[in-house]
Formats: sequence, structure tokens, C-alpha cells
Amino acid sequence: MPTIGVNRDDLFKCLGETYTEEGFDELCFQYGIELDEVTSEKEQIEKEQGESKAVGASDAVIYKIDIPANRYDLLCMEGLVQALKVFLKKEPAPNYRCVAPINGVKQQINVTPSTQQIRPFCVGAVLRNITFTKEGYESFIDLQDKLHHNIGRRRTLVSIGTHDLDTITGPFTYDAQTPADIKFVSLNQTKEHTAVELMELYSKDSHLRAFLPIIQDSPVYPIIRDSKGVVLSMPPIINGDHSKIKLTTKNVLVEITATDLTKAKVALDTIVTMFSCHCEDKFAVEPVDIVCHDGTVMETPSLSYRQESVTAGNLNSKIGVDLKAEEIAELLTKMCLRSEVTNVEKGEILVTIPPTRSDVIHACDIVEDCAIALGFDNIVQTFPRSVTVGGQQLSMKMSERLRPELAGAGFTEVLTFSLCSSDDVGKKMRQVGKEMENLAVQISNPATLEFQVVRTSLLPGLLKTVASNRKMPLPIKIFEIQEVVLKDNSRETGARNERRIGAVCYNKLPGFEVIHGLLDRIMQILEVKWESNNPEYKGKGYCIKSAEDPSYFPGRCAEIYVRGKVVGKLGVLHPEVISNFDLVCPASALEINLESFYMS
Amino acid sequence: MNGDSLQECVLKQIGKYEAVDSNVLAAALEVDHQAIVGAIKSIQCFGDVIKVEPRNNKKWCVTDEGKLVIKNGSYEYNIYQAVPTEGILQSELLQKVSNAKIGFSKAMSNKMIKVDKKCEGGARVFRNQEDLKDETWSNLVALQNGNVGQVGEKVLAELKKRKLAQEVVNKSFFVEKGEAFTLKLEKPETDLTAQMIQDGSWKTKTFKEYNYNALGAPPAAGHLHPLMKVRSAYRQIFLEMGFTEMPTNSFVESSFWNFDALFQPQQHPARDAHDTFFINDPAISTKFPQEYLERVKTVHSKGGFGSQGYRYDWKIDEAQKNVLRTHTTAVSARMLYNLAQQKEFKPVKYFSIDRVFRNETLDATHLAEFQQVEGVVADRSVTLGDLMGVLHEFFRKLGVHQLRFKPAYNPYTEPSMEVFGYHSGLKKWVEIGNSGVFRPEMLRPMGLPEDVNVIAWGLSLERPTMIKLGIDNIRDLVGHKVDLQMVYDSPICQMDF
Repeated sequence: MPTIGVNRDDLFKCLGETYTEEGFDELCFQYGIELDEVTSEKEQIEKEQGESKAVGASDAVIYKIDIPANRYDLLCMEGLVQALKVFLKKEPAPNYRCVAPINGVKQQINVTPSTQQIRPFCVGAVLRNITFTKEGYESFIDLQDKLHHNIGRRRTLVSIGTHDLDTITGPFTYDAQTPADIKFVSLNQTKEHTAVELMELYSKDSHLRAFLPIIQDSPVYPIIRDSKGVVLSMPPIINGDHSKIKLTTKNVLVEITATDLTKAKVALDTIVTMFSCHCEDKFAVEPVDIVCHDGTVMETPSLSYRQESVTAGNLNSKIGVDLKAEEIAELLTKMCLRSEVTNVEKGEILVTIPPTRSDVIHACDIVEDCAIALGFDNIVQTFPRSVTVGGQQLSMKMSERLRPELAGAGFTEVLTFSLCSSDDVGKKMRQVGKEMENLAVQISNPATLEFQVVRTSLLPGLLKTVASNRKMPLPIKIFEIQEVVLKDNSRETGARNERRIGAVCYNKLPGFEVIHGLLDRIMQILEVKWESNNPEYKGKGYCIKSAEDPSYFPGRCAEIYVRGKVVGKLGVLHPEVISNFDLVCPASALEINLESFYMS
Repeated sequence: MNGDSLQECVLKQIGKYEAVDSNVLAAALEVDHQAIVGAIKSIQCFGDVIKVEPRNNKKWCVTDEGKLVIKNGSYEYNIYQAVPTEGILQSELLQKVSNAKIGFSKAMSNKMIKVDKKCEGGARVFRNQEDLKDETWSNLVALQNGNVGQVGEKVLAELKKRKLAQEVVNKSFFVEKGEAFTLKLEKPETDLTAQMIQDGSWKTKTFKEYNYNALGAPPAAGHLHPLMKVRSAYRQIFLEMGFTEMPTNSFVESSFWNFDALFQPQQHPARDAHDTFFINDPAISTKFPQEYLERVKTVHSKGGFGSQGYRYDWKIDEAQKNVLRTHTTAVSARMLYNLAQQKEFKPVKYFSIDRVFRNETLDATHLAEFQQVEGVVADRSVTLGDLMGVLHEFFRKLGVHQLRFKPAYNPYTEPSMEVFGYHSGLKKWVEIGNSGVFRPEMLRPMGLPEDVNVIAWGLSLERPTMIKLGIDNIRDLVGHKVDLQMVYDSPICQMDF
């Protein structure tokens, strides 16, 4: 969730009202944003860089406000103030317009075919006769940063360049050239560099370094020039120094290059709608013609007002209220969605979605805005009338019944992680090249060694738990009923979960009889008879038969047969396994696949 | 004399005196004081037979050397006596009496004698005064007779320094009759035995008192993990409310079901490697319901069902990528798809509590895996008011009685609400879950009828449990590093806030 910092006093001045912190917090809560932190420039510097660096910094109060990820129109002071003023019915939502220049000649950006192999889309607009205050200028730069990060996905999808139009001459060309052919003075540099040199230069820049890989390996780099060959920018890395905007800039050219046209248009609409309030002709934007690589001409920004027709009945039935069409229209208008009732009888409402509300893509978004404007507290709470019968998964039903029984048998339940290192299920368990290692699902982007694979056995987690609890009095008897994951080609995803019981007894002596006793108890409560007791049960009950497994001490391991099928193993763990998990005493262990007990 | 009879003798004496010092008892019974102390201690085990008060008596005694002085006179006086009126050669004098050196220097410092070193034949010793008495001797005699008062503090210190007298601490006990004084002792039984019940002897026996201030013996048992106890409590609530458990036994999920089916766009940050665990092996899933997949593709890339869509180039490769599911909503999506394939729509209420995985930055409250609680209700004309109502019932059963709802954003629900509960212990509103109405772009491609709404909510199992148990670090609750003692000691976890 993005966070913006705004000066409290400026905010209240713009809103025309002063709030207490609690009062503003409540307003945020109602609107669906969140007053996250109250701080100041000084406090922030102190926190991040130490007190000495904060000397002289401003201690004006800053509100840090969390903004929902789909509300790009709230990412700057201008947009936030506009939205809240309309919400508080202090003023109507503005009407954003595209106005062609007086002489009728629009600025033009020509897109060359070579851009299609690297960053195919470009859009643009002009903000005429703008007046920046210091705060407005900073906000303008900041919004670009926020958009780069959010909708632009760290400039991969969208990157924005803004230029002092009076320093350059159209028409402009959006081209893609080999890095060696690009040479210009980049922002805040004094001498010319080739693109190759720039990539080298910015590889040491803590901020820009992150964006280099977006174009680094491409044979051509995107480049925008004016009619005289002056470089405006090399998207998505850096602007040229020549056309940089200043506090005194009067006319701004906005160019946006992108790999996603929809997002480029949204970003452009957002920037120009937010800052057209500082233009002489308020809320008016001068369009730019984009001559696409195939010769088609597209005018941007679209600043389109989309209309959607909804009915009061539908909205009421979604929210669970009984509002009149006029009431709904009024509520929606508070959310910048200008609405009018077109048919009182049928409750038809025509909703106009402004270019600032790119998040409204379906009637359900209008439903939400209506509910927010009404206030969630004003919605009568009801209980769904749906008549249903509850039910459990058999696997969970069985687990829930077994867990107290195992605890009753003296074993303590632990809860360990599903993710572990490859070694945990391989080398440490002496299972290298065996099923336990080979069937493990491999994670491609583990942050640490702890998340390399999904466990194929419950035993490593149990042994790690014992290792962390060596201070506890012996014996340590623990169990876990959870799922392991095994690769399985027959499944849709290529893997399946398997529910198991794992148990470990750690003591001065191996205690095979203790683990064996636990097995007998589990079988007893699952009503599986011991075969050796009675030949009549042969193949119908359970028995254990000597087996070899690298994790267990030779001659101290048995397979568990239930109704003639192997369901697991028990035995005394191999001394090397004990040492591999940093343990010192012998241990016996048991692991049973539970699935055959509830799936028939 | 055996122990028992000594106890009885002691009791008789106490009976006679009412109150007496153990030293007196030792003297009266002519027994070593230690034996008397032993007898007193053993009588005390029988309860309030006697009252005992320890006493410390300090007493001045004459040492063995002091006794010799009493017998033979002090060394300095012996020297004084040995000096004739006309004097005597020093060398001669020192041979005349025993302990002469000590005696000589003492007599000198007391100015009883004097030495003339210039005399003919060597130094001669003369009496300094006539008719002196042996003061040391008479002080020691006074001490021996118990008349400490006659001897000054300074003298006592001097005698102690000369090791002629010493102060000894005499530990004794002052004994009185107790409430249950008796001349005949009967030992109380430690506990009732089968034998006593059978032969009826319990009727006449006395029993040792229990110490109710001690803890009992801990029961020998295993214990359930607190988080799993909380899981059981949540399951119980869902079942009470008529919800059916979803099959969540699939940690590996395709991006299609985990994201695309939920109308989560392919460039959404949650689908970043920074947030999601992708899988190398098995890397992709390829079997999808084909018609449904096409509808999902269309609603993302072009819109439909009343939606503008996200208008981007939807790629099958992205949908095929296997991930560790980031939410159990992936399972809800499959369940709702299956529901839509039935001939006739029937309302359902589903729930699940199971593991989900996030490749997030780890800190005190974030792990790579956690337990997600999810509830879903699908029916014709279910409303936002219903969602708030069902959440109220759900959290009321968990002991949270005050709820607030904050508008929020979630890619697959609209409206979306964050749920806040008032925690009366912490005296503040805490975020306890997320909720919303599933978007039509998610439901309609599945084939659910237009008037079917689906409300859902989710929360983590760990967070309320940590608040309940007062645990700050999630690693103290789950994983292999937890202290087993915490598991042993954890309460039954009634979740009442």
C-alpha cells in the first residue's frame, strides 16, 4: 500500500478546515485511507540518519497517509484535497477538458518502428501556463516517483518524463537507437555521455541502478528527441538536462513511454488531472498527437468521461439497504462520480466516471463508492438467510480426533514449518538420491536456505524442535499431524499433499518400545488389530516387518503394514542423523501416512 | 536409654516445670545437651505438643590455661613473689619460676618490678612496690564463680587477649507446653493406607497435616500446541454456524487458480518474486478447464460481464507458473468454479484454516508461512449488510463484541472492508481481518448466475493467538525454535478478547 506524506497545515489550509488528529483520523477511516503516522521532516531525519543530521530541518507536522493501491488519484496533495473536498461537499468535482492550443497546432510525437522491440508505447500532453509554488513543484516530482513505483511497477511498465516545453522545439521523435549512437547531457550532469557511458555511470547510483536492467541488454535503447535533435529523455532511465523543469517553468510537456498502453494512459490522465489545477485555464489540458509507428494518429490524453448506467434496485440489493435513486445519486456525487437519475420510476441512474477514477471498471466499484459515501456504520447488519449444513473434511476430522489421543499418550504436539532446506530432507536425513530428497518440490526464489524445498517428511522438523529444546528434561516426546508435499505427475499441479503422523522420542536410551507402544496405541484407537495375535487377522490388521532405511540404525527399523500395505516406518534413528541435527542422545521415530485410514 | 524414652523423660520434665531451658533439662536428666536438643526436635514432629523457642546465651568462661593460673597464681605475680627485697639478678630470676618470660614482661608493664641495668654482675631486678595482690588471679576466680560484674570490660578484653578467659555462646532451647501437650507420644501417619481402611485402624490414628502451600505433582501427559488449539476453536465456530470445510490439501497451486481466476492482473505486485514463492520443479501446470480459461483471459484483457477489464495482453505462460499458494482463496476459487458447474445452484457456506506462503521480508510478526482462516458464503442476493452481520456473529463467538469496518482495496473483492475489533484488554481498535464481496469479474466467468453474490473474509490464525497469549515474536509461537515449556504451559485458549 503506497504512503504519501503531506504537510498538515497546508492540507488543512487547502481543505479550508482544521481538524484534530482524531478528527482527521476518523475522516480517513470513513473514506478508506489511513492516517498511518504523524511526524515531521526533523523527526524523520533523526530516525533515519541520527540527531546531528536533523539540525535545522523543519519540524512542521507531516501526516503520513496510506492510500489504497488502486487510487492513483490520491497519491499527491492536489488529488487528496480534491477528493476530500468533494466528499465533504465543499465543492463539486472539477470538469477536466482537453483544449487545443490557440493556434490550433498541437505538439506531436512521432513513434518510430524500432521502438516496438523495446518499449512500444508513448503518450503525451502539455500543461500550459502553469504556476508552480515550491510545494506544488515538489509534489509534481513526488507524484511521478509514486506513479513510477506503483502503476509503473518500478518503471518496467510505465515511465514518465516532464520537460520545459519552452526549451525545446517540436515535433518530437520517440525512437530506439543503438546505445553508441546516443549521446547527450543527462539530468544534473555537466558533460555529454554516450548511453553506454551513462549505464556505467548510473550503475553506481543507488537510486537509478535498479532501473538499468529494464533496457540494459537490449540492442537498442529508447530515446526521445526534439526536432533539432535535443535529447528529452532516455526512458525509462534518465531525462536530458537541457529540458529539465524548474520552479519558473511555464509550459510543461509530459511524455510517457510504456510497455502497457492502458497503464500509460492512466498515468498520463493522473498526472495532468492532478496538476491542471495549477494552470491558468484551470483543469484544461493541451493534447498531443501521437503518430504511431504504423502511421495512425492518436490524440492523448483522452480524459474520457465514461458513463455507466446502474439501477437503485441493483445497488440496494448488493448493499442491503433501501435508498431512493436521488439519494444514491447524491452519495455517488460525493465520490467524484457525478450521477443523475434518468428514470425515477425504474430507479435508473446515469453515473459519469471521471478520468481520475481509473479504478472504477465495473458497476460493483460504483456499489462500493455508494456504500462508502453512505458510511458502513449506516448499513443495517443482517444474517444471510442461506440454509446450509456444516461439514468437515475427513482428513481434518481424523486429525482432530487423533491429536488429543496422542497428547493423552504422553506426546506433545509441535508445529513446524512446511518449508525447509534441501539438506534437511536429503543429506541430514541420509536420504541423498532417495525418494525423500527426490520427491521434494523445489522453490525457485528462496530468500534463504530455509525455504529451498517443501518438506517430504515430518521428521526433520521434529528433530530440529528437539535440538532447540535440549535444555528440557528427558525424555522429550513430541508429535505432529500435518501434511508433507510430494511431486506427483498424476496431479494437475504435479504435486500432492499427504497427511502424516510423525513422532519422535528422544532419551538416554533409544526407546524403541516407547515409539512401538505409540504405534500400538494409534492402531488400537483406529481399530486396527495386531496380526501376530491372531492368524484370523492376517492381512486385515497391522504388523511391523524388519526393513532397511538410511535414516535408521541398521537392524533397528521396521515397516508398518496395515491391511497388507506399507503405511510408514518406525525405528531407532541413525547416529549420523542424530549428529546431523546437533543432537547427542539416541532417538526413536515413527512416521505414518494417514490417508489410507480415512480414504477408502 | 533409647530415643523414645528420652523423649518421654523430657516430656515428664516439661510437665513438671511447665517451661524450662534445655540446659536445665540436660543437667536434670544428666544427659548431654545435644541429646536433649535431638529429643526436643523429634517431639516437635508430633505437632503442637511443645512450644520451642531458640535462645542464645553468652557466657564468660575461664580457659584451661586460666584454670592453671587459678591453681598456680598468675605468671607476673609469681615473678613478683620471686623478687627478694634486695633484688635479684635478672638471669637468675628468669630461671626461678615457670612461664618466666611472660610473667616478667607483664610484671614490667604493670610496673610491679623494675630493672637496674648498671649493677655489678648484670642487670638486677627489684620490687617496684611492696605488698601487691595477684589481681589477675582474683579476676579469674571471680569469672569462674560467675561474678562477671566484678570484672571490668577492659580487664575482660585483656584476659581474652591473653587467652585466659573466653566468651562462649551457648545455644539452647526454651521449651513450654504446647496446645496438644501429652506425656505419651504417638507418631501421626503420613497418609491413609489400604491396610488402615481394612483393619479400621484409621479411626484411632492421627494424620500428619498436609502443606497446602506447596504445588501438586504435575500430571504425566503430552500437550497440544496452542495454535492448533486455537484452530480447533475456530473450526468449532464455523461448524456451529453451518459452514462446510474446504479441501485445502494442495500447497502447490498454479498461478491461474491462485491469481488469474481471482481477477488479479498478471502485473500485480503480489505476483512478484518478492511476494510469492515460485516453483522450479514441478514448474508449471497445464491442465485447465479450457472454456473457463478463455473467459478468464477475456475478462482480464478485454473485459466483459459489465467490466472494462484490465486491458492488457494476458499470457498463458504466466498463468501456468506453479506457486506455493499465497492464500486459501485459491481453494475457494476452485470450490466456487465447481459450484457453478452444478445443474442447479444451491447456496453454500465454506470455510478453511490452513497454511499459506509469502516470500515476504521476515520480521517479528511475519513468517514465510502462516495459517489463514477463511469464510465464504455464496447465495442469491447476499448483501454487504449480510457480510457485516455474519462477521459480527463470527467474531462474537470469539468474544469480540464491537466491530468497525473500514473501506479497503483488494483486487478480487469489491466492496472490500478491513475489520477492526475493539480489544478491551489493550483498550484500542485492532485490525482483525479482511473481508469483501467477490468481484463479478471473478464469479461470472466461472458460470455463476448474475444474482449470486459471494461474500468472504479472511484473517491469520497467528495474530489473535499472539495477542491472546501475549507473545510478541511469532517465532515463539510456531516453528521448531519454540520453547516446549510454552507448549506445556499454554492455556486452553478460549479466544475471548
